[in-house]
Parts: sequence; structure tokens; C-alpha cells
Amino acid sequence: MNKIHFTIHALLLLAMPLLLLGIIGKTKAAFAGRVGPPVLQPYFDVLKLLRKGSVFSRTTTWVFKAGPVVGLVTALFAGTLIPLGGHLAPISFEGDLILFAYLFGLGRFFTVIAALDTGSSFEGMGGAREVTFSCLTEPALFFGLIALTRLCGSLSLSNMIGSGLGQAWRHGGASLVLVAASLFIVLLTETCRIPVDDPNTHLELTMIHEVMVLDHGGPALGLIQYAAALKLFILGSLVVRIAIPYGGNPWTAWGIFALGMIALAVVIGIVESTMARLRMAQVPILLVAACLLSAFGIVLVAR
Amino acid sequence: MNEWLVIAGALLAAVSGMPSVFEHRTGGKGERAASALLVLAAVSAITGAGLALAHPSTGIDWGWSVPGGRFTFRVDGISALFVIQIFVIAALGSVYGLDYWKQAEHTRDGRKLRWLYGFMVAGMALLVCARNTMLFMVGWEIMALAAFLTLTSQDDQRPVRQVGYVYMVATRLATLCLFAMFAVLYSATGNFDFAVAVPINHGAATAIFLLAVVAFGLKAGVMPMHVWLPGAHASAPSHVSALMSGVLIKMGIYGLVRVLSFFPHPPLWWGGLVLGLGAISGVLGVAFAIGQHDFKRLLAYHSVENIGIICMGLGVAVLGRTLGNPALVVLGLGGALLHVWNHGLFKSLLFLSAGSVLHATHTREIDELGGLGKRMPWSTFGFLVGAVAICGLPPLNGFISELLVYLGLFKSAAVPQGRLWLAGAFGVPTLAFIGALALACFVKVYGAMFLGEPRTHHASEAVESGRFMLWPLGVLAGLCVLVGLLPWVVAPALDRAVAAWAPEMSGAPNLALLAPLGWVSLVGALLTLGLLAGGFLVWRNLRRMPAGETGTWDCGYVAPGPTMQYSSSSFGQTIVGLFSWALRPKVSNPDTRGLFPHRDAFTSHVDDVVLDSVLIPAAEAGTRAARRLKWVQRGSMQAYLLYILLTLIMLLLWR
Repeated sequence: MNKIHFTIHALLLLAMPLLLLGIIGKTKAAFAGRVGPPVLQPYFDVLKLLRKGSVFSRTTTWVFKAGPVVGLVTALFAGTLIPLGGHLAPISFEGDLILFAYLFGLGRFFTVIAALDTGSSFEGMGGAREVTFSCLTEPALFFGLIALTRLCGSLSLSNMIGSGLGQAWRHGGASLVLVAASLFIVLLTETCRIPVDDPNTHLELTMIHEVMVLDHGGPALGLIQYAAALKLFILGSLVVRIAIPYGGNPWTAWGIFALGMIALAVVIGIVESTMARLRMAQVPILLVAACLLSAFGIVLVAR
Repeated sequence: MNEWLVIAGALLAAVSGMPSVFEHRTGGKGERAASALLVLAAVSAITGAGLALAHPSTGIDWGWSVPGGRFTFRVDGISALFVIQIFVIAALGSVYGLDYWKQAEHTRDGRKLRWLYGFMVAGMALLVCARNTMLFMVGWEIMALAAFLTLTSQDDQRPVRQVGYVYMVATRLATLCLFAMFAVLYSATGNFDFAVAVPINHGAATAIFLLAVVAFGLKAGVMPMHVWLPGAHASAPSHVSALMSGVLIKMGIYGLVRVLSFFPHPPLWWGGLVLGLGAISGVLGVAFAIGQHDFKRLLAYHSVENIGIICMGLGVAVLGRTLGNPALVVLGLGGALLHVWNHGLFKSLLFLSAGSVLHATHTREIDELGGLGKRMPWSTFGFLVGAVAICGLPPLNGFISELLVYLGLFKSAAVPQGRLWLAGAFGVPTLAFIGALALACFVKVYGAMFLGEPRTHHASEAVESGRFMLWPLGVLAGLCVLVGLLPWVVAPALDRAVAAWAPEMSGAPNLALLAPLGWVSLVGALLTLGLLAGGFLVWRNLRRMPAGETGTWDCGYVAPGPTMQYSSSSFGQTIVGLFSWALRPKVSNPDTRGLFPHRDAFTSHVDDVVLDSVLIPAAEAGTRAARRLKWVQRGSMQAYLLYILLTLIMLLLWR
């Protein structure tokens, strides 16, 4: 039985992330009164990029080529640790949540040094912003995880946001609402969405993630886009699971999870369409607010 | 047998510098003999420590004519871990010195340095195995004074002498506190030997604990007692910096661990204090590191940070002992001691790689470097491995020890009774914050030093270092990978140390049961394979499809130059801004008003706030006050003879 669920896990993990990007794009287009690109456009883009040739800057070394690979492989491994829709994750053990967070750290390390490898000041700026903001998202994430461990009494993601989450909602609902809100801000920051970063901006000086990959092209850019979508999917699944703690029939759970992810993509699209970007100097304030939200979540658990 | 092997190692280390002394000052045989002797010493001592971990023995206990002294020497679980670390790094550092500090190039101080290096190693080996106060102090003082003389190797330079004075004041203060602490211990137990679990009354216990925190905190560099550390690590020759940062400051941790082992029922606030000091050192240590421009000072502040992480683990262990919760003791102390080891490995790797850069470029300014990855590929790779490990990222060793500390904090956050869980609830995000800041700092320094284009001729003319400097880097990098991939190999040694520290927890579950070491090992191996496979696929794809070459995207600017690259200070600017309440950065902005502004420069630097804004003004005020007593020191022999006579009479009367 587990084998079938692990297969579904793997299929969703590999196939669904780019769909979320397509849905976000469609939502934004709807708000702007446009038709917008097809929902499957991100798949076509990545496939096209993978078939293309590469151009490298003369300044770069092997680090530049390693960055996208490390980013993708670490995201895939994080994807095997995260339980989807309340099912057991393929790899789960006591303490896997720390490995989960640090895998993204490894990916970030190599993404940023790949950016710095070009010697471009734009990419330096992007890298500096990425690591600076992550200094504030990591504590927010861990505050949230602490609240979850206190509620569920386990250090394994599969138990923390597994089938017992419904129980936890009954005695710690208020705290879970705060944690979900905080994790949603973390999600928007880590995946470089408005109000922190604008994935569609066209001015190098104002970007975060897009500017770090300015010099990447062809297959490398394809890997980066896919890894970014994976990260959105994985962090998003955390938020969706906390928001919809369905614990009934496992097959229904998959359906609810998939619908939840699509709903999340729509919500992100709405946020992107209705909000303006924050000024760079105000982003830390938003992130400290995220930390405080989940810290209050802990305080509520303690009551 | 075990103890004898360690003693043989210490003696060999102590005499390792001797052959040089009998040789002409430009001769090269003495330095090779010194390295060979130190490697031999390491083999002997590490074998002894390994045997001691497998079969603990009762040790050596001889009489000694020094009042209160006994020659009590025993290698238990805790000592063995430290002995292995001391000798691994000392031997590698000594080999590294063959190229880094060649006798032929350093005729003035090479022999002195080698001689004292061996002494420092012997002193440390003595102090971690001593079970008697006097013997401990002998080891401690040999180490402290030898360290002073090695770090001031280039005492013809004024800044080196200044940091030497600061170190001297700090180490004397530590020794003073140690004397006081041992005096209190003696008055409480009536014994100069280290005895575990002697009942000590409450007041004396508090005094011992606080004195130990100050004395050992000064040596370990716990914030705000870290003032000597950044300057000393920056000015010492790099292999000495590696030994100091990797091993010597850990002697403070050793002392704290040893003294805390005397108290089976510590009050709750002890653990809280150690945890709190650890958190402060961790966060502020890395924040100060981000503000630095000198890469060796930067690495030194990271030692403060890592000592903080170690103290957080130790704090969890003390809390666990108070509560009688074996899981917290095993995870906290296991994590702290493994981090002691790991930090020794990756920090010496970083200092030795940085030393290789310093040797090749003759500058410690990060913003004068760049593009070294193409010129010094092996040193660059060594630094990269060290950087990934120090950020605590999988699959390297730093992750394992941080994982143990995390688990300890998470477990203390799950403790149902009392308000203790708050320690964990705020400790975990603090550790995450430290990790993210460390990542920011190492991305910055790695990028600015090794990637991009050379900013000055220092960097563009650099060439790779010699084989004696590169081999130790390879060994250390290999050890970082090994401990990261096979953590369950070292777990029994940590269990042994925990048993020595808290004997009353003899029924405690072992580390392998409490921490998912097997899983982490498996995922680490799979991750490594995945990365290698991914890299292979990309490499094959690039070979099939020829790639074009061009310049970096410059927005169409016609004359991009290397000085336009993002510098390390710009990279850290936002974080330094977030911490400006503590770092007090000194910034001077250029005046660019008007149509044709004249040439001007932007500068910013972060000094050590505790030293420059608190201690030095306080010391100056003290000096001014002391001038009133100047008449006592009138410089005439008769007056001093009179003082001696008066003292003698007073002593006679008092008796």
C-alpha cells in the first residue's frame, strides 16, 4: 500500500510544481484582463531550455555550473522528506525537519556562490538580498516547527503534519492559524514572490532571485526554473497541509491535497495581482512580523 | 599503557623543536625533524587515546614534591576526545609549517616558533589529562605562555605586540580566576585532586561555577570575554591560528565541561546561563564576523560563534542533568563535544586555506582579492569544504553536531514541566538564525576572495602553494567528509565521554538511539551520489553540446572593470545595518554634492565594541587613577629593599 502512495508522492512531486507556476500566471492574467499564456507554458519553457546550448562568462569556474545542479538535487531530496497530504513521506525519521531546512540551506549556498562566480555586481546584490532575507525566514520557519512539535509531540515531519494534525487543530487551532500565516510569508519570500520580490520585473537593480541567475542560460536556466518551482511546491505543501488537516480516506486526501495546492497557486496569484512590492528596506520588517507571528503561535501552545 | 602513550606523545611534542636549535639558522633539517617528531607524537598519543576509549584504565598516580600536587594523570572519555583533536591538528599544522614558515625565509623567529609550538601542544595534552589542580595549572600555564610567544612571532611589528599585550592581560586574568576557583574548591573539598561528585555547599558551588565561567570563558572566547581572540588569531602565523582556533580555545570548553562534571545536581540557572551566553556568543560572533574586512579576523569571530553553539549544547546538557533527563544530557553534551571536534577540523581547514591565500597574496584584506579560484584551485576547494561544513550544511560534519544540539533543544522544548521549555523554544530559532547568518558570511567571503575577477595585483599574481601546505588541507577536508557521512563511527566515543561526565546517568540511552545517525548517514550518502550524478549529467551534456564564451552581463556598459564587482562590505551592508545597535560600524560617506564632485571615498569598518569602546577606555581611566600611587615606584633600590623587609616583617607577625 505504501508503495502506491510513494509512487503518487513521486509523481506529484516531479510533475505538479510547474503547473503551479502556470496557474499563478493564469490568475494574474485574469486580474489584468488578459488571456495569458497556457497553463502548461512553464513545461514548454523548461523543455525548450533543456534542449538549448549554453553560453558561459569567461569569468566563471566550475562553481557556476555546479550551482543549478545543487539547487535542484537538494530541492528533490527535500521533496522526499516532506509528507504530502498527510501521507507518510518516503524518507522520514525523528529529526528530519532539521535536515529538511538545511537542505534548502545547501541549495542556497551554491545558488549564491554560482551568482558571485560571474563577478557581476547585480548578481552580488541579488545574492546579498537572498542570504540577508533568509536570515529572517529561517527563525520564522523554526518557530513554526517548534509550535508544531509542541502540538504533535514528534520531531518527524510525517507525524507533525501527518494524520494527527486534525487532533492538533482541536486544541491548538489559534496557534496553527498563526503558524500557517507565518509560513505563508516565508513561502512568498523564499520563492521570491510579491510583496518581497517580483518574478516578472525587468530592472536588474530591484530583483532578488531573477538577478542571481542573469548569466545562466540554456539547460542551466531550465534546471533553475524547475528547482524554483519545486521549492514553491514543497514549501506550499507545508502551508496547505496545515491549512487543510484532512485525516480521512487516503485517496480522498490526495485529491484534497492536489486541489489545495491549486487553490494556493490561485491565492499567490491574487496576492501578486492585488499588492504592490514592498521597498527593499521594508522587507525585513515583514519577515520579523512573520517571526513574531509564529512566536505568538508558540506562546498560545504554552497556554 | 594508554596514559603512557599519551605521555610519550606529549614529551615527543615538547622536544620536537629541539633539533632546530642545534642547527644553523638557515638549515632545513631541523624543521623536517620537528614535523616528523610531531607526527610520531600524534601517532603515539592518538593510539593511546583510542585505546583509552576502548578500555578505560585507572591512570597514573604518583607523589610529587610540589605542595598539594600529585602526578595524577588519567585519560577518560572526555580527555581522549580532546587528546585526539590536539594531536591531529598539531601534526597537520606542523607539516603545513614546512612550506608556510620555512626556516630559510624566517631565520629570525622560525626556530623559536617551532620550539614553542611543540611546548604548546605538550601543555595542552598535559592539562586535559591532569587530575590534580597543580598539574592542571602547570599544563595550563605552559599552554598559555607558549601561545603568547608563538602568536607574537613577528614581534618586530607594532600591531602584533599590541594584540600580544591584550592576550597576555586576558590569559593572566583567566589564571587569576582559576587560582581563586581552585582555592574555593580546595576549601570546599579539602582536596587538590579532581574528584567527581563531592558534596559542595551551595555558596561555594556558586562561586566555583561563576569563576569557572569567567576563567574558561576568557580562554574559550565567550562573548563578551572574547576581546583577545580576533586580534590574536589574525596576527599569529596561520598554522598557529589554526591550532589556537581549532584547539587552544577548546581548552576553555574542556575546563568548563570538567568543572561542571563535579556537580551532579546543578541549579537550573546554571544551564540557563551557559545556554544564554552561548546564544549571545553565537549571534553576535557571527554578526561581528560579517562586518570584518580582514579574512583572518573574520574567521576568528566565527570561532566566537562556534564556541557559542558549543555552549548552547553544554547548556542543554546541564539543564538535562538538573532535571534528571538523560536524553538532554546525551544530546546536549554529545552535540557540544562533537562540535568541539568538528569545529577543530573545519576551522583549521579554513585557517590553513586562508593562510595559503595570505602566503600567496601577502594581504589579509578580503576586498583586495578575487578570482583566486582559477589561480589556487586546491586552496579554494579546501576553503569551500570548510565553508560548507562551518555553515552546518549536510552532508558535512558541521551538520551532524548542529543536528545533535538542535535535537537537544527540541527535546527541551518538549519537556512538559515548568518554564524550561522556553529555553528550547527560543534556542532553536536562535540556532537557525546563527546558521543563516553564518551562511551569509561565508558566501560573502568565499565569493569575494575566490570568485569573480582579481581586484588588485595581489590576487592576479597569486600562485598555488606547495605540497606541504596542500596535503594537510586534503586530510582535513577528508575528515570533514568522513565525520559527516559516517557519524555513527564517532558516536561510541561520545557515549564514553557522556558516561565520564555524568556517571549517575549510567543507564542513559546511547547517542545512536537518540539521534537518527543512520538515517542522516544514508541521506548524506544518497545526497552525495545525487550531486555527483547530477554533475556528471551536466558535464556529459556540456561535452555533447559545445558552449559559447562571452563576458559577464554588464547591462551594456562599455568598460566594466574588476573594481566594479560587488565587494564584501557591500554584500554584508544590510546585515551590518540590522545589527548596528551592537556593531557600531564606523562609516564615512563620500561627499558627492554638486555637478563635478571631487574625488572621495566610502569607508566602513567594524571594530570590536567590547575592547575599543569599553575595556580600553576603562583601562585608561584605571591608569590615570593609578598615577596617584606612582610615588610607590620610585625606582631606587633602597626603597624596594625596604618594601621587601616590611613585607617579611608583616608575614612574620601575621603567622
